[in-house]
Amino acid sequence: MSILIRNAKLFGESEVNVLIEGDTITDIGAGVGENASADTTIDATGLVLLPGLVDLHTHLREPGREDAETVATGTRAAARGGFTCVFAMANTEPVADTAGVVEQVFRLGQESGACDVQPIGAVTVGLNGTQLSELGAMADSAANVRVFSDDGKCVHDAVLMRRALEYVKAFDGVIAQHAQEPRLTEGAQMNEGPLSGELGLTGWPAVAEEAIIARDVLLAEHVGSRLHVCHLSTRGSVEILRWAKSRGINVTAEVTPHHLLLDDDLVRGYNPIYKVNPPLRSKDDVLAVREGLADGTIDIVATDHAPHPMEDKECEWQVAAFGMLGLETALSVVQKTMIDTGAITWARVAEAMSANPARIGRIDHHGRPLAAGEPANLVLFDPAATRVVDATDTASLSRNNPYAGIELPGRVVHTLLRGSFTVRDGELTEGAQA
Amino acid sequence: MVASASNMARQVLDATDIKRAVTRITHEILEKNRNSDDLVLIGIPTRGDELAARIAAKMSEVEGKTISFGSLDITMYRDDLRMRPARGLEPTSIPEDIDGKVVVLVDDVLMSGRTIRAALDALNDHGRPRAVQLAVLVDRGHRELPIRADFVGKNLPTSMSERVQVRLSLTDDADDSVTITGGEE
Amino acid sequence: MKHLLSTRDLSREDATLILDTAQELLAVAERPVKKLPTLRGRTIVNLFYEDSTRTRISFEAAAKRLSADVINFSAKGSSVSKGESLKDTALTLQAMGADAVVIRHSASGAPHLLAESQWMRGAVVNAGDGTHEHPTQALLDAFTMRRHLGELDGKNIVIVGDVLHSRVARSNAYLLSTLGANVTLVSPPTLFPVGIETWPVATSYNLDASLESADAVMMLRVQNERMNASFFPSAREYSRRYGLNAQRVAKLAEHAIVMHPGPMNRGMEITADVADSDRSVIVEQVTNGVAVRMAVLYLLLSGSQTPEAIES
Repeated sequence: MSILIRNAKLFGESEVNVLIEGDTITDIGAGVGENASADTTIDATGLVLLPGLVDLHTHLREPGREDAETVATGTRAAARGGFTCVFAMANTEPVADTAGVVEQVFRLGQESGACDVQPIGAVTVGLNGTQLSELGAMADSAANVRVFSDDGKCVHDAVLMRRALEYVKAFDGVIAQHAQEPRLTEGAQMNEGPLSGELGLTGWPAVAEEAIIARDVLLAEHVGSRLHVCHLSTRGSVEILRWAKSRGINVTAEVTPHHLLLDDDLVRGYNPIYKVNPPLRSKDDVLAVREGLADGTIDIVATDHAPHPMEDKECEWQVAAFGMLGLETALSVVQKTMIDTGAITWARVAEAMSANPARIGRIDHHGRPLAAGEPANLVLFDPAATRVVDATDTASLSRNNPYAGIELPGRVVHTLLRGSFTVRDGELTEGAQA
Repeated sequence: MVASASNMARQVLDATDIKRAVTRITHEILEKNRNSDDLVLIGIPTRGDELAARIAAKMSEVEGKTISFGSLDITMYRDDLRMRPARGLEPTSIPEDIDGKVVVLVDDVLMSGRTIRAALDALNDHGRPRAVQLAVLVDRGHRELPIRADFVGKNLPTSMSERVQVRLSLTDDADDSVTITGGEE
Repeated sequence: MKHLLSTRDLSREDATLILDTAQELLAVAERPVKKLPTLRGRTIVNLFYEDSTRTRISFEAAAKRLSADVINFSAKGSSVSKGESLKDTALTLQAMGADAVVIRHSASGAPHLLAESQWMRGAVVNAGDGTHEHPTQALLDAFTMRRHLGELDGKNIVIVGDVLHSRVARSNAYLLSTLGANVTLVSPPTLFPVGIETWPVATSYNLDASLESADAVMMLRVQNERMNASFFPSAREYSRRYGLNAQRVAKLAEHAIVMHPGPMNRGMEITADVADSDRSVIVEQVTNGVAVRMAVLYLLLSGSQTPEAIES
């Protein structure tokens, strides 16, 4: 089985042909394979060629909340968004805090033909923040876990956080912290600011995120370990990160697409579709995280794709679930906020959405360079297309899409996982729906 | 359109005519009700109350004693509330207990009779008068209910498409007048 | 006006129309027949997710005086996390033909949700939502002030207490400013929301400094559990610094009135002698509440049919 992709714009720049044989890129360059007789030839004129995207932060909900998402449906959504690998967060039911659960998720991922799944292990048993999970057992399991996170909850106990950071050094793991000081955010509903006061919704102050990040970078420095900051959302957080990196602290950080685009003004109508944790922040914070991503302070974009069934969003703001979908719109949002504004190049997008997350998560078959001999994981993206987002046009089981009804640029045309189409001409292939 | 409508406006009563009509109504009321002690004049805002005040003043002058008057807002009793935008209320002030009294309702223009129907309902919630009579400055016809006026300043046959506009000095800050606008060419 | 959700989005014209209308309706309570036929055949549902007997009774009296059919739907037991969802309840109310829903809810924004959803078509009246707004309370407060002080333009109104958690404070701050009053909110710094500087009010931490020029002082209920959450050290310290007592009342101008939206914590934010003094218009606030709510229901429900519906 061989595929020839013709005239794709490598990182949005020079036109190249890509020849794929089996699961491997065998040649790439201008005019490559023009005389070869490939089984399939794709005309990719005008399409941007990127390595298959890697999402370090996805909620697949399985096991436990199969009404919201399953590994199968979540990975299809991922493929439609141009992803070839997603990291599955540990806050499932039961929590992914044992080798058994992470192996189950890993196996479900392997059965899905749409996208690779790399489980994340919980830092503490049951995410309860008091006792370390068997981190080593998960690392040694078939799932080969390297990223540990209590995401959804903060590892707020400073001693426990220190021990976790130290412990995972034994297998080059990383703690991905959901930075939220719990006492400062009791009952928190939205960004704390003038609008929270006006709307009578309990505020989620920026300091509750920044205080934890500041503490954790100092802990990481002290114990010489590796820290990853999940969904950073405030200007202060960006500044702390910038300072930490300037000191040589081994810290990486992610920003979500929604924090790059949406701000807390959207909460005004009390529509829980905009309820997310950390909350949508001020316009100034949105600018700050864009700057942080542009200058490399923020290493990656990760979706925090958080599916919820309709009934958890069609209700009072206060009782609605936190979270929004993200996989299928991530690249479009990044184009709108970072490419179309001239802030970064497609090559930087490839780093932030493929190479860097793979490196942070210590997986070696994704996020690779686009070169001969590398695995054929790639996405072809049409930046000239536009679409009005339709919440029902999704592979996800859920519909909590905050972009519904608004126009976004770009469209994933083809996604290839190890030389096989998972998405072709914008549609999931049969192989991806197996 | 406004200009042409006002071109077609014709004044049918002027200030002197209205003064005469008020005087005549006053005398007719007194003629019909020999004992003025029982009389209460109640005007329907916005112009009926001004007319009621004028009639009461005239009557007090003639009788040499104070005849009381009040106003009765009928907005909350209208039968077309659902069909029109909500409107503000006009003042209601019933000067004395109306039980056993003769109430003369006063309005500027009588047409369908629906306002008077509402006024009778409203009055009912304030007490039980011995009798209710009706005085109007203008009766323009087109009744939709079995209601008639006891005292009429001027009968004005009109077509449905015409509009009768009453202006009174206090309410409208203009000279007293009754004009007809609109209608066929 | 289709709904009454907050005073923040109430124009001066609409607010004045409500107050003027209430002024006329106040007299209905004095008449032999305390009832108007205005809303005959209309159905008003009191949907109360929180206990509030006084507010519910006030709305019920208002609706009944306008001859509306009233259905009391106490959803307190089903609350927010359990039982029927707000959506299902709204669909039920729509099927029952509710023309208006008066909703009290512990979640801020629940009335907005109801009004903006496609679940039901009736008018929505916010009878208090979480820590957001309580617009009819503010309207009746403004009404009461107007009766005692005349037009509110330039009047100095001091509102004292837990601004952070008070829907009454929010609604009053916006409404009284809209009506031209100078509003001063007085509270310990811990009980001011972040961003208070964007509100159309002055703020102070010092009650005594605000009293002399006040035309009205409104005391807010302070809940004991705030003390446990360290918003202030003790009830005694709170009432010493922010409670209204006879010594403080003595500093007020002679015409100034004392208000409280109730229910009161006697001895906490207000002493019993002040609450019962002739400065206090607290009982009158209750009477005025019915007239104001009648005005709101009348203005929302009469003429609520769309022009298309009338033509057909």
